[in-house]
Amino acid sequence: MGVNNNVLGLIFASLHDSTVVELTKQRTMGSIMFGGRYRLIDFPLSNMVNSGITEVGVITKSNYGSLLDHLGTGREWDLARKKGGLNLLPPFSQSNGDGVYRGRLEALNNVWSYVQNSKCEYVVLSDCDYVANVNFAKVIDKHIETGADITVVYGKYKYSEDSGLCVDVLEMDDEGRIQSVLIDPQISGEVKICLDMYVMRKDFLSKLVKDAASRNQYSLIRDCLQARVKENVFMGYEFDGYFSRIDSVRSYYNANMALLNSDNRNALFKPNAPIYTKIGDNGPVKYGLESKAANSLIADGCIIEGTVENSILFRGVKVGKGSVVRGCVLMQGTTIGDNCSLTSVITDKNVEMENGRVLTGSESYPLYIGKNAKI
Amino acid sequence: MNAKKKVIAMLLAGGQGSRLYALTQNVAKPAVPYGGKYRIIDFALSNCTNSGIDTVGVLTQYQPLVLNEYIGNGQPWDLDRMYGGVHVLSPFETKEGADWFQGTANAIYQNMRFIERYDPEYVIVLGGDHIYKMDYSKLVEFHEKNQADGTIAVINVPMEEASRFGIKTVDDENRVVRFTEKPKEPESTLASMGIYCFTWQKLKKYLIENENANTGSKDFGKDIIPAMLANKERLFAYTFDGYWKDVGTLDSLWEANMDLLSPSVPLDLYDRKWKIYARHNNMPPQYIGDSAKIENSMITEGSNINGEVDFSIIFSGVTIEEGAVVNYSILMPGTVVKSGAVVEYAIVGENCVVESGARIGTSPESIANRDDWGIAVVGHNVTISANKVVAPKDIISENV
Repeated sequence: MGVNNNVLGLIFASLHDSTVVELTKQRTMGSIMFGGRYRLIDFPLSNMVNSGITEVGVITKSNYGSLLDHLGTGREWDLARKKGGLNLLPPFSQSNGDGVYRGRLEALNNVWSYVQNSKCEYVVLSDCDYVANVNFAKVIDKHIETGADITVVYGKYKYSEDSGLCVDVLEMDDEGRIQSVLIDPQISGEVKICLDMYVMRKDFLSKLVKDAASRNQYSLIRDCLQARVKENVFMGYEFDGYFSRIDSVRSYYNANMALLNSDNRNALFKPNAPIYTKIGDNGPVKYGLESKAANSLIADGCIIEGTVENSILFRGVKVGKGSVVRGCVLMQGTTIGDNCSLTSVITDKNVEMENGRVLTGSESYPLYIGKNAKI
Repeated sequence: MNAKKKVIAMLLAGGQGSRLYALTQNVAKPAVPYGGKYRIIDFALSNCTNSGIDTVGVLTQYQPLVLNEYIGNGQPWDLDRMYGGVHVLSPFETKEGADWFQGTANAIYQNMRFIERYDPEYVIVLGGDHIYKMDYSKLVEFHEKNQADGTIAVINVPMEEASRFGIKTVDDENRVVRFTEKPKEPESTLASMGIYCFTWQKLKKYLIENENANTGSKDFGKDIIPAMLANKERLFAYTFDGYWKDVGTLDSLWEANMDLLSPSVPLDLYDRKWKIYARHNNMPPQYIGDSAKIENSMITEGSNINGEVDFSIIFSGVTIEEGAVVNYSILMPGTVVKSGAVVEYAIVGENCVVESGARIGTSPESIANRDDWGIAVVGHNVTISANKVVAPKDIISENV
């Protein structure tokens, strides 16, 4: 892994918050818990670090307390550095704008002096709604090789009734040049969808941001990619690895459950490109007398005395004696008493359930229990 | 900011751990894995940080590479401080010549300049080979209250085991009146834990005297404490009543791990107010497969379990395939147990491979003569080939 000193990473932690209102009530999209011990921002952030990027700015909007707590100085991502490193860019952190923004270009205008001060030549932009292990170094290489104005990372995606995703679809010619961009179209069959990750030169981005500001525009996809597809050269870069998208409670549930498949897990958690996260200093998982666990992903600090099947358990979850947990996503600190039964339930952080309670959702409509709820 | 430090700790981590041989060929004893995701030294380091001690000297000399790398800048224990923090102290050469540490007292003597930099009132001397959770600030409080010159932490042991320890006899005020190393007929059950608090100026005087006296041993238990007693210095015994376990032998290492699975053992790794910290290795959560059967066990991140696990401690990144059985055993990080293999009453080191059909160890009940039974041990990076049998008590350090 070389060092990409001339690349700045920019992560939008708060875009798409409105797609999963339940989960972002008290946090940003980037700080949604995922996969047992991660938060969504860990994926783009680790991808950048694993691609040799040593300077990353994280743009937020509101509810960013948990994000600040999670990222800290950036040490766990090796970004606590004198040169570059991690910078959190909450609204009002710069004097350029009024803090509120409607899209990527407006958000960037607000923090432009930070971007301007970076000595980087290229920028990598990423949102937090796609979970994937992407090597940006390869995207950057391709970008330089083709001389494109913007390189857009896309994935092949087969539309199906129960996926229910709202996606942006790219249409390309044989050389990979983007010909048109369709925002949330009616689709069927296999399409190429934009994974919300972009590479471009900083000076090109600068022009986009200033142009948009002067025309009261804000959307990178609509006001730039879609509008200027003929005058500029936008190239697609195919990411052919595993990805999932979170844009509803249901897709959040499905994306977590998809980790019970070992191919998906191995594609996401690679020993040579690990996903870093904040360390919790929990003990190992403790399995009690008569505990049963099958087909589950279980993070450290859990204490299991009952039965857990087809579930994702985050750090420090307790499952009492005689309780049965099936098809559930139990976030950090959930405490299930004795003789409870949970089927297809998502519990947010620190939910407590007294002995003998029964909760049942369905796979296509999982039951979501909010943070700190007592049942 | 170079203010005086009230208390600093000196951690003796030089132990070769010769009785743990198969596991300590390339690592010092304090770096031996314990409890699913820790190393032995994590307990002393975490106790320091949880007790508010932010300056720790770690004295090493045997195979220091792994330990040095593990401790690093001390960040996992919050010991990366601007002034103070954790420092690994190895033997060094001076203009008088170079010397290995010759005994526990000599090791501290050779690092007096490190201690003097912080001008401490008290110095706590710790071993790096015990599993326990202890608030050293209470030891210091006790020491201050008694206006002691030295305070020795002691623990009540059963009378029948007392002759294995250094035994302290105390008066009504907990003042030490006698100290006998491994007595045949113990007159008390207060065993020294190898944890001391000294008033630094007093200890310094005794270290220098001991060095000049050249007793040959240069040891706290053999020299410093007896000399202080002989001079009627104020020596007190501080009784600790929590869990404390020496892990100096393969059997006691196995037992100390199994203790974590016993509901009656008061060593809680899940207490958020007294966390045990460790250096972390960024692995995903453990995956428990459809065919897994797990009871009474501890399993750590990055593991992939499809077989049967009962009464065992499984470290990070371990794979147990479907059809493999692991009972009453300790599997250290990265080890793979293949389908059809059986591991019972055993310690298997880091990054081992137990091929299909191999059998390591067996239960004490299945052996006619109990004297033939003991824990089977496989060292680090060893492959046990298919259908091979490792008998109880065997210690394997090369591929078989």
